Amino acid sequence: MSSLVLPEPDTAVLIKRNPLLKGLKKAVPGLDIISDEDGRRAFEADALTAYKMMPMAVVLPVNTEQVSAILKFCNQHNIKVVPRGAGTSLCGGALPCEDSIVVGLSRMNRVLDIDFPNRMATVQTGITNLGISNAVEANGFFYAPDPSSQLACTLGGNIAMNSGGAHCLKYGVTTNNILALKVVLIDGEVIDIGGGYLDQPGYDLIGLFVGSEGQFGIVTEATVRLLKSPEAARPMLMGFQSSEDAGDCVAAVIASGIIPVALEFMDRPAIHVCENFANAGYPLDVEALLIVEVEGSESEIDSLLDKIATIAQEFNPSVIRISQSPEESLAIWKGRKSAFGAMGQISDYYCMDGTIPTNKLSEVLSEIARICARHELKVANIFHAGDGNLHPLVLYDANNADEVRRAEEAGAEILKHCVRVGGCLTGEHGVGVEKRDIMYEQFSTVDMEQQTRIKSAFDPNWLLNPGKVFPLDETPQATADGES
Amino acid sequence: MAHVIRPSEEEELSSFIAEAAESGVPIEVFGAATKRDIGRPLQVEATVSSENLTGITLYEPSELVLSAGSGTPLADIEDLLRQYNQQLPFEPIDLGPVLKGEAGRGTLGAVFATNFSGPRRIFSGSARDHLIGMRAINGRGELFKSGGRVMKNVTGYDLSRTLTGSWGTLAVMTEVTVKVLPIAEETRTLLFFDLLDEIAIDLMCDAVITPYEVSATVHIDQELVSHIAPDELASQGKSITAIRLENFSESLDYRIEQLRTQFQSYGDIELLNDAQSLEFWSSIRQLKFLQVSNDPVWRISTLPKNAAEVVRGIRAHHPQCSAVYEWSGGLIWLLMPPLSDAGTSEVRRSVGALGGHATLIRSDVSTRASVEVFHPLQKGPMKITQHLKNVFDPAGILNPGRMYPGI
Ligand SMILES: Cc1cc2nc3c(=O)[nH]c(=O)nc-3n(C[C@H](O)[C@H](O)[C@H](O)COP(=O)(O)OP(=O)(O)OC[C@H]3O[C@@H](n4cnc5c(N)ncnc54)[C@H](O)[C@@H]3O)c2cc1C
Repeated sequence: MSSLVLPEPDTAVLIKRNPLLKGLKKAVPGLDIISDEDGRRAFEADALTAYKMMPMAVVLPVNTEQVSAILKFCNQHNIKVVPRGAGTSLCGGALPCEDSIVVGLSRMNRVLDIDFPNRMATVQTGITNLGISNAVEANGFFYAPDPSSQLACTLGGNIAMNSGGAHCLKYGVTTNNILALKVVLIDGEVIDIGGGYLDQPGYDLIGLFVGSEGQFGIVTEATVRLLKSPEAARPMLMGFQSSEDAGDCVAAVIASGIIPVALEFMDRPAIHVCENFANAGYPLDVEALLIVEVEGSESEIDSLLDKIATIAQEFNPSVIRISQSPEESLAIWKGRKSAFGAMGQISDYYCMDGTIPTNKLSEVLSEIARICARHELKVANIFHAGDGNLHPLVLYDANNADEVRRAEEAGAEILKHCVRVGGCLTGEHGVGVEKRDIMYEQFSTVDMEQQTRIKSAFDPNWLLNPGKVFPLDETPQATADGES
Repeated sequence: MAHVIRPSEEEELSSFIAEAAESGVPIEVFGAATKRDIGRPLQVEATVSSENLTGITLYEPSELVLSAGSGTPLADIEDLLRQYNQQLPFEPIDLGPVLKGEAGRGTLGAVFATNFSGPRRIFSGSARDHLIGMRAINGRGELFKSGGRVMKNVTGYDLSRTLTGSWGTLAVMTEVTVKVLPIAEETRTLLFFDLLDEIAIDLMCDAVITPYEVSATVHIDQELVSHIAPDELASQGKSITAIRLENFSESLDYRIEQLRTQFQSYGDIELLNDAQSLEFWSSIRQLKFLQVSNDPVWRISTLPKNAAEVVRGIRAHHPQCSAVYEWSGGLIWLLMPPLSDAGTSEVRRSVGALGGHATLIRSDVSTRASVEVFHPLQKGPMKITQHLKNVFDPAGILNPGRMYPGI
């Protein structure tokens, strides 16, 4: 964190800042440009607050035409562009560069069309994730991916990061729920991909764009799949005396043929913090807690939760509690979904996001404990247990430079361990600036070149969201020979 | 046919492609060649098959993940999964017999190279939705990987998905890793008869927005029911509309009753039990309805609510065409009369006007040489497609021109 380096600023651009901003104003009539220091300050970081950098300016376009004109101008004048939704990225994905213009999509938050018969909605990508579900809720529909940040984060950010959520075990992540995109490329060209129908003609360009971390273009509109809400849903809590037992229970549930909609894990420190915050009635004297949610009619839910409880009996649960009311269900989820916020109230934390094969759970948790102990740091674990996506929260004091450094080191070691056991560096938060320098832990030179060549094909001068995803020595100067 | 190279090691394939790239030798790429007759005819000097890149390298039932060589027969994979009561959720289709080949010979890699999914696509998602990682060799002969073996992974760009639906024009997959799911305890099906296309589509669309987790729907024109199983159904000679539920048995009792009540106005409802349902849907998955003749076949993806109109537009010119609607209307299989151009202009016009895309699945080689087999792309997507081709296969040697000129 402390050691972060961004691409060398382009002094030719920095020197001409004022005339360039004037030129931009002229090129994009009516564009809201924030250039004063206080105004820009709000955009100097995302939710990975350890990194900060003031951009040259922030612009807040209101439609695709403006986005197109902005990119065209920036491309002509070699100005770097950082797309931004709500700035909730946990990996520095929306961190500005000094010589960049931040393009904030927050004003483009309209629902453009809702088509219930065909089960889809077309929206501008600055809409919040929850905003989509809110717009269709009255008709009994919802948009499935539900990152815990859903109140704030935008669909554009979700698309860039391929975000997931607690319920993606059943419903999939962002890429599984997108039917069409409107994208502005760096030269200003506007491209429509897909059309609402299932599967696109030709290559899977939606698959390519989702998860590209704002480096191929700015997505201004998207058509998302709507799902019909289930008749009902209900969570249950299961407490265990060891994470092995909890992990084995998860494997047994899945092996039995039941795929719950959500299967969440918390360790003791996480349980205490979340309970303190949400009063969800989590048991406090257990080492591991599972939240399991199933859907269906009330009697189907009863029977499924019963089946799960029976399976759990084999793993010495100390508590099994089925939610008795909608209020209780809400409290259970509130505790889980506010885990990061609750933790943030008691300490600075560094949130990791590796994924591991689920049968490595207890081994990896022990290793995380060892790594953090070695660095004399506390850690709390929250975990999408069904799919192996870990969120160790490494606690540190941001005012203590040495702790900051240790947290950073511990985080990298944890992620490397995830890769070593067959997992990956990031399951849903993205690479951003945070993990770019350890990409070689997971990828070979050839793997990386295959990716950087695509980046160069879209954006030959690497102006779009620079300094993210790839180590800096992979950027154009360094890869000039590798360019296709 | 040129001599077919069948490497059994990635290195062998990679050096073969590297040499071909060096000398600019165009290569035809396939798995078991069951879908070889789809696409524009190729002018190649060498042929390579992934058929010997076989073997299941990882299967963890409790993690719902399986990896296998791209040439592994789909049938082997499904057999193994069945032993653990699991399945490929997207229910891959078998085009073999439709294209005058044998049944059950397709490879796993080809499922992703084509991204064709079966009836459960509407509920569980497509092949690409279940692809979590792959190893592949690009047109430079370089072996690369993307994704991995864990279900959630956003590390780096999603090249695995980018390669789905690329029909061997970007890279040759050598190993794929997929997410699998349990087989439901029981399957049952509601059947409706003699419904007009529009009405059937309304019914299917309404069925998939109930909370009862309808896992497949199909409407089959009466001309196409003769090969459908079970035989008793085929022999009735009426159009069939089917709605499938898969779940725990006790849930099915309740859900079937709910659907019955909600849809009683659509006429008499017949029920298929578990065994009959499996037989029926297996015949849909095998596209038995297209085996009634050898005439041209189109596969059309469109918005469900436009599907009947798409077909009506084509029928206005070719009254003898018959249709099967899957995915509540979102997927149309269209059997055309034996026309030399397979009815291309009317199909393209109708689909173009209402949105969607159409691929010519079955036709003779002269038709494939003279019409666009894959749906022409808009300028923007074509530009990106061209970028990708240049990036993955700069020498343009992998299945050149199969999908589009220059791709
Ligand atoms: C408390 C908390 C909980 C979280 N929980 C989850 C969770 O459960 N699951 C999960 O997956 N993530 C989670 N996150 C991470 C974060 O919310 C997601 O990554 C989210 O998708 C970011 O959206 P955003 O609008 O804030 O994007 P930003 O942070 O503004 O940007 C994220 C990335 O998207 C790019 N971008 C933004 N908009 C566009 C666009 N229109 N076109 C192209 N590129 C664009 C940016 O350049 C950047 O690279 C959480 C974060 C917090 C703070």
